[in-house]
Amino acid sequence: MKTIKDEVAIIGMGCSKFGERWDVGAGDLAIESVYEAYQDAGVEPKDIEACYVGQMYASPNGIAGSSVADALKLTNIPIIRNENWCTSGHIALIEAAIAVAAGLYDTVLAIGVEKLKDTGYPGLGTGRGMSPVYEARRTAPGSFGMIATRYFEKYNLSMDEGKATIGKIAVKNHRNGSMCPKAHFRNVITLEKVLKAPIVAYPLGLFDCCGNSDGSACAIITNSKMAKSFRDDPIYMKGFGLSMDAVLTHMRPGFDWTSFESLKVSSQKAYEMAGIKNPREEIDIAEVHDCFSITELAIYEDFGFSARGKAKEDIDSGFFSLEGGLPVNTDGGLKCFGHPVGASGLRMTYEIYKQLQGKADLPARQIKNVHRGLSHTFGGPPQLSAVAIFGNEKG
Amino acid sequence: MIGITSFGAYIPFYRLDRDLIAKAWGRSSLKGERSVANNDEDSITMGVEAGSDCLKGLDRKEIKNIFFATTTAPYREKLSAGLIGTVLDLERDIFSADFGNSLRAATGALRAALDSVKAGSSGKTLVVAGDCRLAYPRSDNEQWFGDGAAAVLIGKDRAIATIVSSVSINNEIVDIWRTDGDKYVRAGESRFILNEGYLAVMEETLRKVLAESNIAPTAITKVLIPSPDYRSCAQVASKVGFNPETQLADPMLASVGHCGVAHPLMLLVSALENSKPGDTLLMASYGDGGDAFIFRVTEEVLKLAPRRGICKYLKSKSSLPSYNRFLSYKGELETAPGEPFRLFPSAAAYWRDQHSILRCHGSRCKKCGKSIFPIHRVCLSCRSKDEYEEVRYAEHIGKVVSYTIDQLAGRSDDPVVVQTVFDMEDGARFYLMMTDCDSRTVKGGLPVELTFRKIHEGADFHNYFWKCRPLRDGGELS
Repeated sequence: MKTIKDEVAIIGMGCSKFGERWDVGAGDLAIESVYEAYQDAGVEPKDIEACYVGQMYASPNGIAGSSVADALKLTNIPIIRNENWCTSGHIALIEAAIAVAAGLYDTVLAIGVEKLKDTGYPGLGTGRGMSPVYEARRTAPGSFGMIATRYFEKYNLSMDEGKATIGKIAVKNHRNGSMCPKAHFRNVITLEKVLKAPIVAYPLGLFDCCGNSDGSACAIITNSKMAKSFRDDPIYMKGFGLSMDAVLTHMRPGFDWTSFESLKVSSQKAYEMAGIKNPREEIDIAEVHDCFSITELAIYEDFGFSARGKAKEDIDSGFFSLEGGLPVNTDGGLKCFGHPVGASGLRMTYEIYKQLQGKADLPARQIKNVHRGLSHTFGGPPQLSAVAIFGNEKG
Repeated sequence: MIGITSFGAYIPFYRLDRDLIAKAWGRSSLKGERSVANNDEDSITMGVEAGSDCLKGLDRKEIKNIFFATTTAPYREKLSAGLIGTVLDLERDIFSADFGNSLRAATGALRAALDSVKAGSSGKTLVVAGDCRLAYPRSDNEQWFGDGAAAVLIGKDRAIATIVSSVSINNEIVDIWRTDGDKYVRAGESRFILNEGYLAVMEETLRKVLAESNIAPTAITKVLIPSPDYRSCAQVASKVGFNPETQLADPMLASVGHCGVAHPLMLLVSALENSKPGDTLLMASYGDGGDAFIFRVTEEVLKLAPRRGICKYLKSKSSLPSYNRFLSYKGELETAPGEPFRLFPSAAAYWRDQHSILRCHGSRCKKCGKSIFPIHRVCLSCRSKDEYEEVRYAEHIGKVVSYTIDQLAGRSDDPVVVQTVFDMEDGARFYLMMTDCDSRTVKGGLPVELTFRKIHEGADFHNYFWKCRPLRDGGELS
């Protein structure tokens, strides 16, 4: 596979306020993030030559591309929508990067936008996966709770130890999110509160689960040669990895539910393209898919941030906190932003982009000496994983 | 000799203490407990269970007919017998027919099966009966009724009980009925229906079958008759000349309740379980007349493979905590609608995928030997295309690999769903809901079996599929 390392750069990004945005529609959310990005990049709507949209639940009539065109009046350019569950935002970004790297366009918009709160119910609903009969009544917490049960049993963690281990991830992310003005939830929580919270899908409790929110985030991409003509501090794409496993990946004989092929493959591809040998040492900041606290733990191990079966040690030592060796989910993650499915990948990338520019919204949470950042989404029952790696200089 | 060659039964896991019903209404309890079908069960799913118990270890290709009797068919128009036959993995060229509308429907199906085998028109005939009738809240019948199913296989060879004689009485009377719009079973004035209905007609029916077979009452080992209450069956029995103390079988009212159409067959199965060669059994049913049969138990009964039957299903149980829970299981309460399903069923997809959905077939790769459920055309392990054989998993036992107790996934009145991943012995993996379980006792390694259940009502038809449950006989499989 050809590399596109350093061939494209992000020259502007925008991110809406995430939350229960009863007062605005999907179009308004798109306007909120895209006009911030126009200003950030110093471009105008007429400069956008193509647009890639990530959206899972497109309404009305399932046509997200045209709805975005309508809101932004981005008329008569190619607008291509993808719906790959939680990875949709990342895939929009990666598609935009590939189109620019291929030399088709100079300026491309990648946007993720999702209006979940108009669906009339608080969760993502039941019935996931491939069949209305085979998989009825499966929910997102139910799908991921399965990882926790298995992980605790496999590594001999008592239920109390296991719950406390993943609970610390939720405590960390809430602390980070409390310092992030655009986050949905900005409350600091204690481990005691996490452990006493009602169970959603055993063993996951309320604070092990991310919320459902509305939101939008976007990026404007150009080729690296032109990037500095827009701004002094463009952010370069170093590599990406995408892996779509079978929908029923868990039906594979021997699949043990604590580690996922798509996580391993997508991160490995991204590391290869970015020239990263030791991610634990070489990645300075990461935004990973903490839809549930246990998911973030599984990602630590499959991404090589922690040794297999040893994530607990790193969690206990604070390795992934703002002050730790590899800060993860510095903006509070899905835990605090909630998860407007198609928007999340670009929201995470927004955090990496700002941190790599040294422009975190509150100086208190700016990570020092950051050069390499990673963003990642993981979706489905789960089986889809998308990773992107960025840097603030070429090479 | 024509007769019964196998049998099976099913009693739902849940029971309701009659004291709870009585307490809810501030009236006297009829004592004992009744069986209650779970909210994912109906007459079809219970029929599948009984049929499956009956066919344990038998070659299903030999079954040529399936008859299903119920007064509570989940479909007013659509064949239940055909669906049950498919789920039991019977051949496509079987003759299937439903019997209904009377509590004699099961004995009608049994008579038809015996006659059809006798006439030589067919091979083995499976007779299945299941019922879950609704009684008016607060009525005696709400306490008396139970839910259950039974099945018998009729054939020519190696009968465990051969048919000696069968008789019928037709008696037109409006005593127990539902009109086409009625949800609940209606009953006429109690003295009238008991004296002119049950007592008179059962006596006539029993006398007739004894006379036709020229057998004295004392020669009958067990008399099996459903009873509308604790006393009436004994009253009939003694009047005809039986000793109720020694000859009359327990009518299973205290332990299960009156299971409608299925009840005479359930009593028959229970008697066969405890019978020995040479026993003579008299079984009768009541409903707009009476049917009666005399069977003679043969040596073959000793060779029968073990099964659950009434005996084991009766012992395996859990008590519902409240009358409210019973009302919600029976669909008596309108509960808050839950979140809608994201995936909408399609009758075409349901039809197309029926080998997986109904017959419970997975695929075993002929190249690499790996198994998977449901059927996959391209092997997930070695990617061979269309190189598989279908394997039926319905009777396999699995072990739990992982699980979660989901508080969001269920109905609003029963929100907890145990989602379970388990592996069969050949490595085929299943990801199903667990039913009939105490969620607090689920753990990795727990042995589970498959059970056919109603999943949801999407697209205005019943969507049935498989769930798992902890083994109904507490671990020892037989």
